[in-house]
Amino acid sequence: MKPKETRLQLQAAPLLKQNMTTGQTMRDVLLALLPATLAGLWYFGLGALLVLLCSIAGAMLTEWIFSPADSRFERLSDYTALLTGLLLGLTLPPALPLWMAFIGGAAAIGLGKLIWGGMGQNLFNPALVGRAFLLATFPIAMTTWSPQTGPADFFQISASNLAAPFMQAAYDGVSAATPLGLMKFEQQSTALWALVSGNTSGCIGETSGLLLLLGGLYLLLRRDLDWRIPAGILGSAALFSAVLYILDPIKFPGPLFSIFSGGLLLGAIYMATDPVTSPLTPRGAWIFAVGIGLLVILIRIYGGFPEGVMYAILLMNAATPLIDRYTQPRVFGKGIKNQ
Amino acid sequence: MLSKLLKFSFAHGVHPRESKEATVSLPIQRMPFVREYVMPLNQQLGAPSKPVVEVGARVHRGELIAEPGAFISTSLHSPVAGWVRAIDNRRYPGGVFARSIVIEADPFDTQQFPRAARDWRQLGAEEFVAEIQRAGIVGMGGAAFPAHAKYSIPEGQHIEHLLVNGAECEPFLTNDHRMMVERPDDLLRGIEILLHNLGARSATIGVETNKPDAIEILRRHIKPGQPIQVAPLRVKYPQGAEKMLIKSIFGREVPAGGLPRDLGMVVNNVGSVLAVADWFEFGMPLIERVVTVSGDGVEQPSNLLVPLGTPLREVLKFCDGLKEGVSQVVMGGPMMGTSVASLDVPVLKGTSGILAFRKPRSVQSREYACIRCGRCLEACPYFLNPSRLARLARARLYEEMPRYSIMDCVECGSCTFSCPSGIPIVQLIRTAKSQLRQSAGKVV
Repeated sequence: MKPKETRLQLQAAPLLKQNMTTGQTMRDVLLALLPATLAGLWYFGLGALLVLLCSIAGAMLTEWIFSPADSRFERLSDYTALLTGLLLGLTLPPALPLWMAFIGGAAAIGLGKLIWGGMGQNLFNPALVGRAFLLATFPIAMTTWSPQTGPADFFQISASNLAAPFMQAAYDGVSAATPLGLMKFEQQSTALWALVSGNTSGCIGETSGLLLLLGGLYLLLRRDLDWRIPAGILGSAALFSAVLYILDPIKFPGPLFSIFSGGLLLGAIYMATDPVTSPLTPRGAWIFAVGIGLLVILIRIYGGFPEGVMYAILLMNAATPLIDRYTQPRVFGKGIKNQ
Repeated sequence: MLSKLLKFSFAHGVHPRESKEATVSLPIQRMPFVREYVMPLNQQLGAPSKPVVEVGARVHRGELIAEPGAFISTSLHSPVAGWVRAIDNRRYPGGVFARSIVIEADPFDTQQFPRAARDWRQLGAEEFVAEIQRAGIVGMGGAAFPAHAKYSIPEGQHIEHLLVNGAECEPFLTNDHRMMVERPDDLLRGIEILLHNLGARSATIGVETNKPDAIEILRRHIKPGQPIQVAPLRVKYPQGAEKMLIKSIFGREVPAGGLPRDLGMVVNNVGSVLAVADWFEFGMPLIERVVTVSGDGVEQPSNLLVPLGTPLREVLKFCDGLKEGVSQVVMGGPMMGTSVASLDVPVLKGTSGILAFRKPRSVQSREYACIRCGRCLEACPYFLNPSRLARLARARLYEEMPRYSIMDCVECGSCTFSCPSGIPIVQLIRTAKSQLRQSAGKVV
């Protein structure tokens, strides 16, 4: 019997490949964010959902408009625009006017990703670029926090959500300080359980520490994130605030409060770990992470804002090329004395 | 930590699926003789061999048909008794042609090989090197580097230790495994010959722990007092790269750009050591080798003892042929092997396996941009920055690449294996390396 002649394909080795793909990683991150997102909707209602959708729409539409016509679908199907829009939305106040959320999404993709040359080329985390843009442009809307409505009033949308573009937003009157605001301006702590479960005011997706950690655990098990970054950020932030707490327990918050309040968990697990904008090398990752942890606490305590996660991450993003340059691994067999 | 103490290992590396189960327990079978044999002249690393026979000449099995073309080159012998039918260009792996000696087997010859032991105790160092070159022995793990060049030790260097490489870290391949299980005494005899002639004091056989039977059998056959030990190695790719093997067993790094002999060591594949034993014990030069035939496209996976020069078509026919829809045939392992465009390509000295796959293995539906996830850095056993190298290669900034130690890359492919974006990292690096060599004026 003669072997059947088939057309053989030539391919340069290696012919084997592990199964994980970048698209799959993005889907994993979306999945990991789902519980915290649902918790945000539970606490803040339909308004929050609309903010998320507008931010995602802004991001995806910008990606679509500025992609070459023949690769639009392909660019959108890698989920990065969706993920950027969602991450940005999760860091926005629930009562933010929807048009601002949309602009934020557009800025995140346009200024955060596309002008750098697209996926993999940007220096700063796109979602945080969008947020920084919004904070600089609409400082009042970005720092006005509404109290939680709870599931009973799910369909109650706050008037400010529906403010017409470029008009002054009308707030419902009742505003609520975030735990960090309370801490900074009134030296008032919040119960730990409220922080862990998410029953506080704050950005849509940052309140539930427990669910954020759960998603992080999933990503860790799927090996989608560099564990050094969240470990380094949370560890150094906890250590630094513990030192301050021991020095003056009345003025400074304890380590657990520092970790579970504000956007630290969201930033440490889902934003600082963005591989594009964090160092490549393991040693670099530690430096990067510890830098963020220290900066967060420094900004929270000595800065003008009650929260510092965004600026801490953006600052360390800027330092990433430098960190990478100085932490290149030692090549095997280099620097060994020939005997 | 405990596993670190029990098994020897190196840092980084990857874990492809081993896929050895199809052939691991199949004894080595001798492949029958076929009609025509093709012996390419450049089947070793280095210069091509020079033919010493004319077209039409009668040759017997094991007769010299080509002599070394330079020092880094080796002899070729006829794998069968028969007639030289042609010396011309024939198909070679990788889709190219190479000058080859074509031998037609004599169907009425018994193909007996007259066995004659050779003396190995009274040889000088140079005589030993010449003997190995005469036997045509090369590194049988795949690289086909002439073995005698490894044994020729420059003035001022001294070999303390012989490492025998039985790691066989390439998926699918089981030929080294079967040789260790079936020919432990010959292997130990080969080690004894090498220890004596290299002046080395001791030897270590490194075997990955997925071959417990080989470890057990070798340990049982080592005579008390013999300075030979077996080191169980962690299963990890590329454990069988010689510098990784040294790192795993001795915890020492071979200086970049250096050779194991800089640390007083020689590393040899199991097949090469057996070839040394065959030459001195039976007078048999390198005219046949063990090949694993496997993959999801082969009807009957096997471990075969194949005469060199046998066309792949004949080997696959002996294994009941290919299954329907085979799209890829690879010589060597799936991580570092070469795919072939035609089944007329012959088995070479460095052919450790013949693998047939039904659907292309590593084709990812799409390539994403590099997101700097760093998995390639964690895979690279040489601690290079493959991500950076791939970006530079894509931008054709080849002259920037030596700053990132591109020439230390051994092209093991761990980076491409681990890349979630589907970027052909090692392929880009390979292109860049050959560009750099060309612009440096060296044509390799």
